[in-house]
Amino acid sequence: MNSVHTIHGGIHPREEKQLSRPGQVIDAGLPHELILPLSQHIGAPAEPIVSVGDHVKGGQRLAEDQGAVSAAVHAPTSGHITAIDMQPVPHPSGLTNVCIRLTPDHADEWLVLQGLADYRSEAPDTVIAHIRAAGISGLGGAGFPTATKLLARERSAIHTLIINGTECEPYITADDTLMQVAAEQIVAGAEILAHILGAETILYGVEDNKPAALKAMREALAASDDALGQQQVVSFPTKYPSGGEKQLIEILTGEQVPSGGLPADLGIVCQNPGTAVAVRDAVIDGKPLTDRLVTVTGRAVSHASNYRVRLGTPIAHLLALAGFTPGSRQRLIHGGPMMGFALETDAVPVVKTTNCVLAPTQEELPAPPPAQACIRCGLCAEACPASLLPQQLYWYARAKDQEQLEKHHLFDCIECGACSWVCPSSIPLVQYYRAAKSHIVETRDDKQRAERSKGRFEARQERVEREAAERERKRAERKATAQQKAAASEADDPVQAAIARTKARKEQAAQTKDAS
Amino acid sequence: MDFLRITSPHGHGPLSTAKVMQTVLLATLPGLAAMTWFFGPGTLINIIFGGLIALALEYAVMGIRQRDPLFYLRDYSVLVTSTLLCFALPPYAPWWLIVIGVASAVLLGKHVFGGLGYNPFNPAMVGYVVLLISFPLQMSSWAAPRGLGEVPGFTDALTALFFARDYDAVTMATPLDIMRQNTGLLMDDLYREATQFGQWAGVGWEWVNLAFLAGGVWLLYQRIFTWHGPVAMLAAIGLCAAAGFDGGSSNSGGSPVFHWLSGATMFGAFFIITDPVSSAVSNRGRLIFGALIGVLVYIIRVTGNYPDAVAFAVLILNFAAPLIDQYTQPATYGHDRSSE
Ligand code: SF4
Ligand code: SF4
Repeated sequence: MNSVHTIHGGIHPREEKQLSRPGQVIDAGLPHELILPLSQHIGAPAEPIVSVGDHVKGGQRLAEDQGAVSAAVHAPTSGHITAIDMQPVPHPSGLTNVCIRLTPDHADEWLVLQGLADYRSEAPDTVIAHIRAAGISGLGGAGFPTATKLLARERSAIHTLIINGTECEPYITADDTLMQVAAEQIVAGAEILAHILGAETILYGVEDNKPAALKAMREALAASDDALGQQQVVSFPTKYPSGGEKQLIEILTGEQVPSGGLPADLGIVCQNPGTAVAVRDAVIDGKPLTDRLVTVTGRAVSHASNYRVRLGTPIAHLLALAGFTPGSRQRLIHGGPMMGFALETDAVPVVKTTNCVLAPTQEELPAPPPAQACIRCGLCAEACPASLLPQQLYWYARAKDQEQLEKHHLFDCIECGACSWVCPSSIPLVQYYRAAKSHIVETRDDKQRAERSKGRFEARQERVEREAAERERKRAERKATAQQKAAASEADDPVQAAIARTKARKEQAAQTKDAS
Repeated sequence: MDFLRITSPHGHGPLSTAKVMQTVLLATLPGLAAMTWFFGPGTLINIIFGGLIALALEYAVMGIRQRDPLFYLRDYSVLVTSTLLCFALPPYAPWWLIVIGVASAVLLGKHVFGGLGYNPFNPAMVGYVVLLISFPLQMSSWAAPRGLGEVPGFTDALTALFFARDYDAVTMATPLDIMRQNTGLLMDDLYREATQFGQWAGVGWEWVNLAFLAGGVWLLYQRIFTWHGPVAMLAAIGLCAAAGFDGGSSNSGGSPVFHWLSGATMFGAFFIITDPVSSAVSNRGRLIFGALIGVLVYIIRVTGNYPDAVAFAVLILNFAAPLIDQYTQPATYGHDRSSE
């Protein structure tokens, strides 16, 4: 039913997937301390609902999601809350952020978990509420809260759910492994997602370099008795970055997500296999998201493998398990070699988006040589999956020519790094694009802020004038009243009374909001 | 412990600019071999002498610009420029001609614009045209090919280089000159009568062109550049020549095969117009860029008065490249192709 389409560009870096022995899972056990950042997702940070000293059970909610785009945080085991403070978190710019620290009591006592008996008979909103309550955010990409993503169904009719098992980044085998060991759970989770979305088709996209995962997925599909309709595992040639959401959509459907739009505009929603399993666990078992698979790999560790890791486990704990021997100029990468970012310290915890910890030796991934001049060879343009002209973007980024940057569609760059990878002059192209993007966004924000404050200034000016006029009028009135010698008391002033009423209402509203 | 902070991507592909340049230099070897066989060691001596001048110049300029000269020499780009220029110079040229040519290419062609990557024109062709305009006589005297005259040896080549006055060149009009000046003879007769004509084009020249073609195809295979520019240029020359062939009458401009295998056709198609810096950027742009060069080469060859047309055609299209780029920006993912 589905023919596979090709995408523009792409590269073939060394895959290095066998290094971490896909299909094998090692339990990472319990560290001395779990560090749980309140913000492991895109959107508003969660708000703690426990205090230092509290004893909590596994599965207990520690922090509540705040607003539409947010995700809750749960305890991955039982123990005591020892601190709520700033800790280093995995972030490209080495930020610290508020984290709840939990010292396990090693009893691993859990709350009694309660799933939905039959999700098919429930309204989609009820099922979404379960997913939201489980604190699930995307386990593959940027970590968008899953419940929020599912609201796409309200915006446009969704006909296809894509499970993105591409995992095109070199080294990473977490999804590959998950597909091998938990194919049925993936299918079950995908069926729940499709039920919520009202999608009649589910496509599982898997690159052809994962034969074991493909086989497991096909068997799981054959065993599924879901009456939902069409499901298919589609394999396609390995090429980086086929797993980019937009790229995968084009590979599987031949359609392109409109610039600035969402897959939902095409009637498509993409989810990662890990997210599908988390959804299944939340809906069927009532289990919140408290652990995930992490590939720990690179030639600086002796036991590269996939580890089942409780969220909040310090990366140092994982590295110790994997037999890490740091070399000189050691790099530690959160994510894959193409899009992952270098960590400053191994004290940061595993979070919901941590799919890989890569510790390469210097020979394995040498630091880039100094950049040379761009010779406009065009290799970058040939490699770009978005059909951009990276060499021109580089030019304009250096010239800070925002108009040309936008004309050359800078914002369609998915920061995959293919251009930098091929560039014979070793120019860190993506770095320029990231900087240019944030610069443009900043200028835009500044402009908006300036306009807003201009608006505010004008409004204030108007108000001041109005108030002055009002005062003048009142003064005249009072004079007149005094002259008429009317002997009424000040307490009857209706204006004052109205102000007091509004104030009381506001305070009441604020209290109810705090309580919720 | 603190770890090394570098932004992604953390890996890199196998290609480096130095490797690209080395590969281009390697790919000129078949052409160099053919030229040496047919015209003697003159071109080889040009290339070695010109290369030394180019390295010295680059070193000096980078020193003046307060950069690390060795870092810039290591990209081999200046050697590519000087080598390509020296291929285009007549063998047994005097030293000063080479010095002026290389200096023009490196300084006027590249550094006045800000160095490698910033040059709008092909530096080698800038050097060539400066020489052609300033010293038309020296630039249009080509040695006679093997078989039609005695091929000079190394001592002759060195004498020619350093003591030009003591060297008596055996020169001869090239087939392109003869073709242009021909008014009376049918093609068949011309091929029979003028000794310069060989099997398909000029004696020696046809093999030189085939050798450059071989080197160029190897570069394509090495994925140093894409096929778009060269194929478009050759196709355009072929079409123009076919249209002007006129059944081989005395007005004929020469057959497609004649044009493909004459002068600097193959050298230009694979080594000159593929200079990435000064060409159009996108593949579609390079198709147009190459095709227009092909058309111009043909027109200048049959109507102009120069030994060959490739240099002028390339420089003119270098001018037009930014304009071509503007109209051939590829359709970005997610943008409607028709609205661009
Ligand atoms: S790959 Fe590098 S050198 Fe080549 S055009 Fe792109 S930026 Fe320039
Ligand atoms: S990082 Fe951006 S410009 Fe570079 S290849 Fe990827 S999408 Fe294209």
